[in-house]
Amino acid sequence: MKVDDIIRAIEGEILVAPAIDVNVERAFAADLMSDILAFAQPQMLMVTGLISIQAIRTAEMSDMPIVLFIRGKRPPQALLDLAREIGIGVLLSPYTMYETAGRLYQAGLPGMGKLPIVQQR
Amino acid sequence: MSQQFTLFARMGKDLPLTILHELTRELKASSVMTAELVTISSTDSMRHVKAVMREHRISGIPVVDDGILKGVISVEDLIRALERQALDLPVSEFMTTNLITAHSEEPVLEALKRLEETGVGRLLVLNGDERLAGMLTKGDIVAGLLHALQEAYAHAERLARENQPRYFFDALVSDETSLILRYRVRVNDFTHGGQASAKIKKALLQIGASPQLSRRVAIATYEAEINLIIHTTDGGHIVAEIRPDQIVVVAHDSGPGIPDVALACQPGYSTASELAREMGFGAGMGLVNIDRCADEMDIWSAVGVGTRVEMRFDVPPEEAATG
Repeated sequence: MKVDDIIRAIEGEILVAPAIDVNVERAFAADLMSDILAFAQPQMLMVTGLISIQAIRTAEMSDMPIVLFIRGKRPPQALLDLAREIGIGVLLSPYTMYETAGRLYQAGLPGMGKLPIVQQR
Repeated sequence: MSQQFTLFARMGKDLPLTILHELTRELKASSVMTAELVTISSTDSMRHVKAVMREHRISGIPVVDDGILKGVISVEDLIRALERQALDLPVSEFMTTNLITAHSEEPVLEALKRLEETGVGRLLVLNGDERLAGMLTKGDIVAGLLHALQEAYAHAERLARENQPRYFFDALVSDETSLILRYRVRVNDFTHGGQASAKIKKALLQIGASPQLSRRVAIATYEAEINLIIHTTDGGHIVAEIRPDQIVVVAHDSGPGIPDVALACQPGYSTASELAREMGFGAGMGLVNIDRCADEMDIWSAVGVGTRVEMRFDVPPEEAATG
């Protein structure tokens, strides 16, 4: 899915344009960076409510080309500057995590599929 | 024009004129001239000249008798013949015999100067034995220079490609090559968290590691870096040793130490602070992620002494330098 299609689906805003004309294949939504790091893939869109520089770092480590923040929470300038420097696109959705993800899924952007259910303490 | 300047910038040259100048000295007249010429004999009629000029759409023809250059006949000469209604007269009556020539082995620069100084449209190029070898116009020179530039550019590109490492560590050769990168990580410094991992990742990519390997190392190192920020009393260090066959990353600190390492390694177990959780960590997945990304992981810890996490990543054989 192209950035244009994402923006249209979530009625969102581009805060930092991705460095290249990226085309994400799937998306993963979480507020916990370790969850994202566990499932991260290249060409994956990160949807998160965590407005922190660590969201950009997580994307950088795992080669995720775009970070999409939700609920209209505008990230600080330092975050945007870092994203621009690294070359990671930053988008903003006016919808909640649930509705942002729902709209993207409806527009045809798949997730991870079914995962095995594991027992955690 | 701007495209040409980009081209030169990529060749690492400042002044386009410098290269052009070099090329005009290097290129020989014989390499840019038109060698296959339409010629005419001095005994042919001016009517024939008119027909040949029209047929080949040319404005000047060398006059050659038995391979020897006698002169040149131009459109101006033809006009004079037309004015005098003397199209049946031979070429020898109208041709120019004061010839401006170039030598086939002469640099293009000299030929260009002669064209400028004399104001003629074309130079006749002679061989070593004074026979006509070809003809040279400014157009030929421009075309030849552009072609040479293109070749020089392709050559520069090829060199640049060859100078980049093709395989991981290919550029460095010794009996035991290793590169050691050390980073200090401060406790609770979430602002700079991830910098060490980002730098290690960049270094790996720069020396030729694959994106997949670099990503595995980066993710594991990042989790370890965050652990130093979250859990230590005084931060710690990350040391990455990069070898041709293996990458070893060690994160070590001086406390507080982990009371039960096996418990700490269980998914979902976390002792992270509220601040760490606000920063998106403390899911209890850090060590699990490290174990998943690394080929081998060892944890040594003692309460009151510190913790040492060692992660080893094998460089896939097809990625490693061939020697």
